[in-house]
Formats: sequence, structure tokens, C-alpha cells
Amino acid sequence: MRYRFEPSRLTATPKNTVGPYKTPKHQVFTDHRSFGFSNVMLVLVILFLFLPLFVVVLYSFNASKGMRWGGFSLEWYAKLLFDSDELWRAFGNSAIIAITSALVATLLGSLAAVGVKWYRFKSRNYIQVLSFLPMVLPEVIIGISMLIFFTAVKIPLGMFSIFVAHATFNLPFVFLLVSARLDEFDFSVIEAARDLGATERQTLMRVIIPSIMPGVMSGMLMAITMSLEDFVITFFVSGPGSTTLPLYVYSMIRYGVSPVINSLSLVLILSIMVLALVFRRFLKTIAASR
Amino acid sequence: MNSHSNLKRGRRLGITYSAPMGVWLTVFFLVPLGIIILYSFLKKGLYGGVEGEFSLVAYTQMLNPNFLRVFLRTLWVTVLSTFATILLALPCGYAMARSRHQLLWLGLVIIPFWTNSLIRIYAWIAILSSEGFLNETLKALGIIGESLQLIYNQGAVITVLVYMYIPFAILPLFTTIDKFDFQLLEAARDLGASKPESIFKVLVPNIRSGIVTAVIFTFIPIFGAYTVPLLVGGKDSYMIGNIIVDQVTKTRNWPLASAFSLVITLVSTVGVVWMLVSTANERSRNRSESKVADPTGGVV
Repeated sequence: MRYRFEPSRLTATPKNTVGPYKTPKHQVFTDHRSFGFSNVMLVLVILFLFLPLFVVVLYSFNASKGMRWGGFSLEWYAKLLFDSDELWRAFGNSAIIAITSALVATLLGSLAAVGVKWYRFKSRNYIQVLSFLPMVLPEVIIGISMLIFFTAVKIPLGMFSIFVAHATFNLPFVFLLVSARLDEFDFSVIEAARDLGATERQTLMRVIIPSIMPGVMSGMLMAITMSLEDFVITFFVSGPGSTTLPLYVYSMIRYGVSPVINSLSLVLILSIMVLALVFRRFLKTIAASR
Repeated sequence: MNSHSNLKRGRRLGITYSAPMGVWLTVFFLVPLGIIILYSFLKKGLYGGVEGEFSLVAYTQMLNPNFLRVFLRTLWVTVLSTFATILLALPCGYAMARSRHQLLWLGLVIIPFWTNSLIRIYAWIAILSSEGFLNETLKALGIIGESLQLIYNQGAVITVLVYMYIPFAILPLFTTIDKFDFQLLEAARDLGASKPESIFKVLVPNIRSGIVTAVIFTFIPIFGAYTVPLLVGGKDSYMIGNIIVDQVTKTRNWPLASAFSLVITLVSTVGVVWMLVSTANERSRNRSESKVADPTGGVV
């Protein structure tokens, strides 16, 4: 029988460890009445966060075009599905860029994380600082510097320049998430695998890769969502014919409000809910990257 | 953390793995930043672009009182919104870390956070505009007779900025508080500390790095905000981000845009250095003081 490797055993979660009894966090320190100050604040902030989403969803069923309530209607959904070619083209562009840039960022970022965490070499510090900076600069700066760069080296603005920009701002996040995962990695399992007769290749495929996969997956998920979401940087580096969904939404907001945005919002919110539900195991890792 | 004791000393492999990302970020991030620095010292070209001639004009233009006013306003709005954001986010992070349903709360914070930012700003326009959700609701309830002017002013900008960046603060705070050993609070209480004392003298010092991270990740993006002041702000809500973009797209004064970008970059760098120093201090303090942290945090 082949031994099936379980990556969960590699992390330091003290699930099955024997030791002094520790009270579960929510039972420690009897301060957890449902109506305590912090709980009330949490509920209020969540309501605040969802208020705008609720409002757009409400208006998406509004028969009248303005902000006044004019009765229930599915008109804007029909329009979104059957009469919004330009919007769907923009969505297609966004999807292409999100997938390609996330793939490149995930590949380069994960490799670099392995390199930096497991090996010592001269430019290690340089790589670490370099991977940190893009995360803490405002988007406007990254967008402008890239616009000036692309113009200076005569790369035409369009799908390619957007792809490059997105891969660039996604790289640090993937690097960070995979690095965090590698920090938890227990090297003794590699030795154990080798002792038990696994070849270098088998160790890589059955031990190392499965154990860092959660980091890689959450990195890629993060990269895809950030790419789909980005407006500011894309705004600078896009050219004719490379309108992405956020750019299209922006033009709809600026040049006359269109209720189609409302119906689009519900579709997007629902897909994000599904995404969050499917990837709920990674939510904590993603939170830690912020 | 045994990654350090186990670090392999393979130089070639380490470089091979890291080089693609290193090269990519050098070419597409560092070089563009370098170009910005260079451009800020050059003369403005007639139709956008630059001429290859050294000039400090961009920096003297920056001293224009109009720009200075915008700079001070940006700083003020940023400080205010960051402060409000952190104040709201702290109890949230705490409640989430203490909750039995951490994943549920995380999901509830992340869903709006992942929703397209333009759609969220658009939603705020729908809420705040003169015939928007809030005005219509208040009118229907008979609280107000006439619509209030809720949008296109400073208040709207701050509200929406706080809204946009609260998740940026909640997530790192949650992560740090989640790692905190709550038995220390219990110990402090047992030793006679009052509840606020135990929170401010035991919890807060222990999650300092999380607070610093939250401040950095809200302060810096708000300082460079562009879309929010543009779409929900009025004439007097322009921020530095808007000026930079106008210099690029309208006035086509690239050296000035570059000079402003450089200022923001420097401000961000100072923030990041502060963050790194303060987390490094915390780590060395924890190491030097004692192996076992003082559970009372000096309360008793």
C-alpha cells in the first residue's frame, strides 16, 4: 500500500499534541458576553460594510432608472445578460489578465519564496526588501511609474502592459503568503521521507509540494481577486481596446449612471461569496498577509 | 521556527529560484521608480514627456501655496481617517479573535473587501446623493423635509475612505490578537488589574506590531488616494493623488508629477522603516527581558 501524505501534519497546529490543558480561546476570561462592547462594535462595523452592498442590490430590482423606488423589476438583469456586449468584452479582458498575471506571479513568487527561505545567498536581503516595497507604495505611484516606464521604453499600452503591471503588484503577495507557509514547514519530514527511501523527486512531489500548496493556492486566489479588482494602476497602463471591467464600470459611473451596474454588483457579490465559501480554509492565511 | 537552523547552503539553487522574481521586480518596479526620480529633475517637454536638461523647476513649482494647501489637507484627511479606522477596527479584531466563529466573521469582512472598489464607491454615491438612499429614507421617516447635502464634501470623503480601508486594518489586527495568549488577561485580572487596565497595559503592548501594521496599511493608501476624493469629494476635497494624476493626464507636466510621487514615496518609506524598527524592537525586547513574558505587563 502506498503511504498517502497528509500535508496537515506538517503544520504546527497543536491539535493532537499532549501537554498542559489550555482553555479554548473563547472560554478564557469570562469577558465574552454577547453584548460586550467589542461584539457590538463588530456587528455594527459589519453592518456598515454591508450597507452599500445591500443598497446596490436593492436598486438593482428597481423599475425606475433613478434613485427613487419605482417598483420591482428584473429589467436591469435582462439588460446585463442580453444587451451589454461591451461590458462582457471588458469582463473577458479582465479574466484573461487576471488568470495570466496570477499564474506568472504565483510561479515566480513561490519559487522565490523557496529560494529565500531555504537557501542563503548574497542577494537574499535585496530580494526580501524588493518584494516588500510594492505592497506599501500607494497605487497611484506604481501606476504612474509604470506608465512613464512603458512610455520611455516604447512598450505600447494595452493588454500586455496591463498584464505586466498586474503580475508586478501581485508578486509580493504571493511571495509573502508562500513564505509564511514555509516558515511553518518542519524540515524533519524531509529527512524522514529520505530515511524511508523516497528519492529526491518523490520527496519534492509527495512531501514538499503538497505541504506548501495551501500557501501557493491562497497566493494565487489573492492575485486573481486583486487583479480583477484593480482600477487605479490599470487606469494608467491601459490603452485603446484593453478596457477591463473596473475601467468599464468607471466610465459608466463618470458618464451617466447606469442601473446595469447595480445588477452587475449582485452577480459579482454572489461570485465572491461562493469564492469565499469554497476557499474558506485559506481565509486565515489570506488575512495574515495583510 | 527551525527554518534557520536547517538553512541549506546551496548558493546556486537559491539564486536560481529567486532570480526570476528578483529580475522581474527590478525591471518593472525598481527601474520605473528610478525613472521617476530622474524625471523629477528634468525639464518638462512641450507636449508631455521630458527634455534631457537638468532642472529644479518641478520642485519650485511644488512650493506653490495651492499645492501646499492640498498637501496639508491630504495629511489632515489621512490622519483623521486612519485614526477613525484603527479605533473602529481594534474592537472588531478583538471580538473576531475571541469568537467561536472566526471563519464566519473573516468571510463577512472579506466579502465586501473583495467586491470591486468602484462598485462600492458607486454604492456610496447611491446612498449619499441628494435623492439617494439615505435622504429618501430619512424623508420617508419624516425626520427631514428637504434633502441634505451629504455628498461632494469632506465628510463624504472621510466616511468612504474609512469604509474602504477598515478591512485593511481589521485583518492584521485580527491576526495579531488571534496569536495573543488570553490567559495573560486572566492573570492580570487575578492579580488585581481592572478590566480597562488589563486591556491597555497587557493586551495593547502585546499587539503593538499588529497596530503598527494596521496603521501603515491604512495610512499609506489613504495618503495616495485618488478615486474616492475624485468621485465623492467636492472641489475642496482634492488630494495629492488627484494632483499627480492631473499633472499626468491633463497638464502633462511629468516632472512635477514625478516630484510629487517622490514625496509620497518618501513618506511611505519613512512609515515602513518605522514599522520595521518597531517590530524589530518588540522582538528584541521580548528576547532580552525574560523568557517568560510578565503576565501583568507591569500592572502590579
